[in-house]
Amino acid sequence: MTTAAASILIRGGHVIDPATGLDGRADVLLREGRVAEIGARLEAAGAWVFDADGLVVCPGFVDLHTHLREPGFEHKETIESGTLAAARGGFTTVCAMPNTDPPIDSRSVVEHVQRRAAERGRARVLVIGAVTKGRAGERLAELAELAEAGCVGFSDDGACVANAALMRNALAYASALGLPVIQHAEDPVLADGGVMHEGWVATRLGLRGQPAAAEEAIVARDIELAALTGGRLHLAHLSTAGSVALVRAAKARGIAVTAEVTPHHLTLTHMAVMRAGGGEGLAYDANARVSPPLREEADVAACLAGLCDGTIDAVATDHAPHADTDKLCEFDLAAPGMTGLELALGLLLRRVHEGSLPLRTAIARLTVGPVRALRLDERPGLAGLGTLAPGAPADVTVFDPGATWVVEPRALASKGKNTPFIGWELPGRVVLTVLAGRVVHAADGGLPA
Amino acid sequence: MRPSSEPSDRRTAVQNGPLPDTLAPAPADRGRATWTRRHVLDLDDFTADELALVMDTADVMREVLARDVPRLPTLRGTTIVTLFYEPSTRTRASFELAGKALGADVINLSASGSSVEKGESLIDTVRTLQAIGADILVMRHHRSGAPYLAARHLRAAVVNAGDGWHAHPTQALLDLYTMRRHLGELRGRKVVIVGDIMHSRVARSNLWGLTTLGAQVVVCGPPTLIPTGLGRARHEGCETALPPVRVEHDLRRALEGADVVMALRLQTERMRAGLIPSLREYSRRYELTSERLRWAKPNALVMHPGPMNEGVEIAPDVAYSVQSRIEEQVTNGVAVRMAILYLLRTGRRAAA
Repeated sequence: MTTAAASILIRGGHVIDPATGLDGRADVLLREGRVAEIGARLEAAGAWVFDADGLVVCPGFVDLHTHLREPGFEHKETIESGTLAAARGGFTTVCAMPNTDPPIDSRSVVEHVQRRAAERGRARVLVIGAVTKGRAGERLAELAELAEAGCVGFSDDGACVANAALMRNALAYASALGLPVIQHAEDPVLADGGVMHEGWVATRLGLRGQPAAAEEAIVARDIELAALTGGRLHLAHLSTAGSVALVRAAKARGIAVTAEVTPHHLTLTHMAVMRAGGGEGLAYDANARVSPPLREEADVAACLAGLCDGTIDAVATDHAPHADTDKLCEFDLAAPGMTGLELALGLLLRRVHEGSLPLRTAIARLTVGPVRALRLDERPGLAGLGTLAPGAPADVTVFDPGATWVVEPRALASKGKNTPFIGWELPGRVVLTVLAGRVVHAADGGLPA
Repeated sequence: MRPSSEPSDRRTAVQNGPLPDTLAPAPADRGRATWTRRHVLDLDDFTADELALVMDTADVMREVLARDVPRLPTLRGTTIVTLFYEPSTRTRASFELAGKALGADVINLSASGSSVEKGESLIDTVRTLQAIGADILVMRHHRSGAPYLAARHLRAAVVNAGDGWHAHPTQALLDLYTMRRHLGELRGRKVVIVGDIMHSRVARSNLWGLTTLGAQVVVCGPPTLIPTGLGRARHEGCETALPPVRVEHDLRRALEGADVVMALRLQTERMRAGLIPSLREYSRRYELTSERLRWAKPNALVMHPGPMNEGVEIAPDVAYSVQSRIEEQVTNGVAVRMAILYLLRTGRRAAA
């Protein structure tokens, strides 16, 4: 149910395009699925005109880390519901993680996901293939075939490629394909089944913790393996101050490493497991169970600083929808993960409004940052992705930075209502999302004829 | 009958120093402490007055238990379900005796031999028990936090009979009660807990109760058995994050001047997990022997929540010495659990 118009004119908005440095009032003209022109007082005969006065107009957001759950876990999310959530959250491109059932470790599954996305998707779905067969961490998947099928990177996300020799081979082999290996950095031996961050809250709650070092040991190891092989390493969902420092030092050495952080790791600490929304008594809030776990105040501050100074290239949602029954159980049996696509902008704008994150930086890390981290703009037809440069895909997000909304389960388009942010009032309402010149979300139903 | 309003002669006798009102109200004031709790999940939010109310009520229950017919009709018509997901001897028997002594109907359910084995979720199980008409659910579970989940989905009262590594509030209450019977006021008393603090729900609940009552608490064990952060004064700007205790790895330094020494069970799987090199080395450094007990105050109380590994964390001659209160802990457990069941069923009514 998307609507196409030959051309769309978004008039009078505050245009922020970090890639080109544009930051001011302008009109944006989209024609035939591409950005046609940006300037003052544009006119276009026959164009559908959207009045963006008082609104921010920016490139469509790109999520490097989305669990669409299809195939295999359609009770948690489908490509249709997940990409609808993406459009409502302002995301026009999502990278689908391969921990499905069957996992995305062969051409046929890649093509299945691509076909479903083409039929049902409200966002561009790029596919990340598994690093190892069956995500079992034992033998490499057929990476070259996955690359030919269109995969944009390789990851066993949800599981760490723990075997150092295997990770070395993955980085080396993928380097010839021009693709990155995306690591879920968590040493399983050191993490030892820990269900939350190892710290005073875990001590208080009597839960098994996993130390920050379980992440940092793999980050440090894989940086050296990237240096050794010349392969490209992308680190998923960094969560600790030590990891941020390691990535900063690696970039200074010129090693090909990029990194992402999630909105929830920029917002919450391990306290969220103990106290849900200021309620009385210990919460053991299963919605705050996530992998990597929520850390400490100093880690949140370091992740935010790393995002601001460019150490961290991208904000990625790690959108991990689950069914209610996956969370309505004992804390350590709860499935880890949070629904994220519809909350990302609001959680970042909280930081913007409190003055700890410039708006332009927030938008950069949702657009050109992730695109360049995975070099998505080097793919056929995607030149200029994440920017509003003329000729770029006509992916545009328009949001009202001042409007607020309250997070309620039924307000979410995602099937996954699993979030510790229920009841939070968040700033920033996405009013229009355009994907390749098609309106995929319009908040007030104001679709072009 | 309001047991909490009955003054205790013994307590009056030991209150011979100036004490802050908030921590040690005069016996006449104790009657004013009211019971407002719907559940007993841990001691972390109990006030000193509430702890005293439970112990004063337990004094009355001990008197009841000493009668020829140790029975009260107070909970007649009340259904208590004990739901145990872990094996237990003393805790379960203690709750059952306590419930029966108060005239309640007690139903015992185990995770084995029930629908739990067929994969029923915890929520469904507790909802079923509610539909059957359980008024009080006494629950033991191997996963920390499980009783909190049950409490959020039940109208019935939930008593935590031990959850994972997290809490065992009635065990801690009986430990506090046993100490109070012998030492009176616990403020300023030095209590040493030796052993596997990391995996001990008994230790966690005791730390809250003891520090709330003003005891000076030292935990002792190898660093691999002490949980992260314990012993640090502040955590992320919060001073009440964890109970204020001292961590000591050397048993001799820990025991100096101790009024109470509590040894914890050392489970053999800790050795397999690599947390200690061997039971032999552990006992050489941390076993409570009669020789080491001399480092504590003369006549220091020896306690153990059971079951004991004699020769590992405690020497048999210490366990059965005149200083040992281990058997009395079990006896007091029935009185304390009667007090808890009584207060849960009648306290809120009386307070209203």
